[in-house]
Amino acid sequence: MGLRGESQLILPPGATGPLLAADGIALPGVIPRSIPGARDLADAAAEEGVFTTTVGKVIAWGRYSSLWPALFGLACCAIEMMGASNPRFDLSRFGAEVFRASPRQADLMIVAGRVSQKMGPVLRHIYDQMPEPKWVISMGACASCGGIFNNYAIIQGVDKVVPVDVYIPGCPPRPEGLIDAVMKLQQKIAATPVTGVRQ
Amino acid sequence: MFRELLGGLRTTMREMVSPPITIQYPEEQRPVPPRHRGRHILHRYDNGLEKCIGCELCAGACPVGCIYVQAAENDPEHPVSPGERYAIRYEINLMRCIYCGYCAEACPTEAITLGPRLDLVDYKRERLVATKDDLLEAWPGFQPLPVAVVPGLGQAASQPSPRGAGSSHAGPAGSAPGLRPPIPGGRGGSE
Repeated sequence: MGLRGESQLILPPGATGPLLAADGIALPGVIPRSIPGARDLADAAAEEGVFTTTVGKVIAWGRYSSLWPALFGLACCAIEMMGASNPRFDLSRFGAEVFRASPRQADLMIVAGRVSQKMGPVLRHIYDQMPEPKWVISMGACASCGGIFNNYAIIQGVDKVVPVDVYIPGCPPRPEGLIDAVMKLQQKIAATPVTGVRQ
Repeated sequence: MFRELLGGLRTTMREMVSPPITIQYPEEQRPVPPRHRGRHILHRYDNGLEKCIGCELCAGACPVGCIYVQAAENDPEHPVSPGERYAIRYEINLMRCIYCGYCAEACPTEAITLGPRLDLVDYKRERLVATKDDLLEAWPGFQPLPVAVVPGLGQAASQPSPRGAGSSHAGPAGSAPGLRPPIPGGRGGSE
């Protein structure tokens, strides 16, 4: 894992900071209200049949419920990515089935396959064209760390080029792995505050 | 013309009324094939000794070099493995691994196999380096052999029996310490 020190130089500050429920970030249901007494008020309103929420929760719900992936299938992992969107696995159950050919319409990039040195700038270009907020899933051993291609032609980990949110090991991972990653990413989005600078 | 239209749409109509084939994945999972190569398991003998003798053949056979083995001499009083040496460190980079199973083929003592576990997704790459403790212990709910459910015993029947769990039982932090077979002389220097 000697790549880590180099990748940190490229990542935006804070990209390797504290992350998730498993990493100590609270899930939305247990986020403490900043206003004193707001929790009691919400509970009282719920008893009356009125449900209250925060704008941040609604925005986060909208974000994680409609992840539109940008197509970035580079190798055999893309076959499993296609398999994840077929009826048997049905990625649309998680709102992530609309694979977009244009990065302008996507907010999730699934890097599926090994990234060569020549493809690295293209990948970064596509990533920069995606509108914020945007997330990256590194699918498979090759995209995550180079995999079996430990040579000069392949970038040893796509996180040297773009910040990666979720890694999927496997060569290639099964469609269940991609579904797991999408669900983990949804948890991460739900736990991320929508205001302020995104980590 | 109408008949041709119906004929052409016959498959569409048939599929429209057929039941969906979707597997509701997180709740409902495909059965893992018996030869599936998932995350690795380091096995033990029934008496608790580790099968790994630290010969590093798995590391040599690995095509991506994701296995690191550091061997140490066994203490004759408190052996960790039956051989002269044992693996004091055994680490696998699960992200670099391609799950080819060459390590299991190379192992002379069948100490390492590739198990059925699939869920390896993580947020940080550091956590995808499995140490010996991760590989030795069975994950929660893992049952190495199908155990017959005895009516009347309830939950206890669904736990793996000591014999069935002899090769890969719950580890030091396992939820069922009573199922662990006695280890002669303790685990020694198994970190």
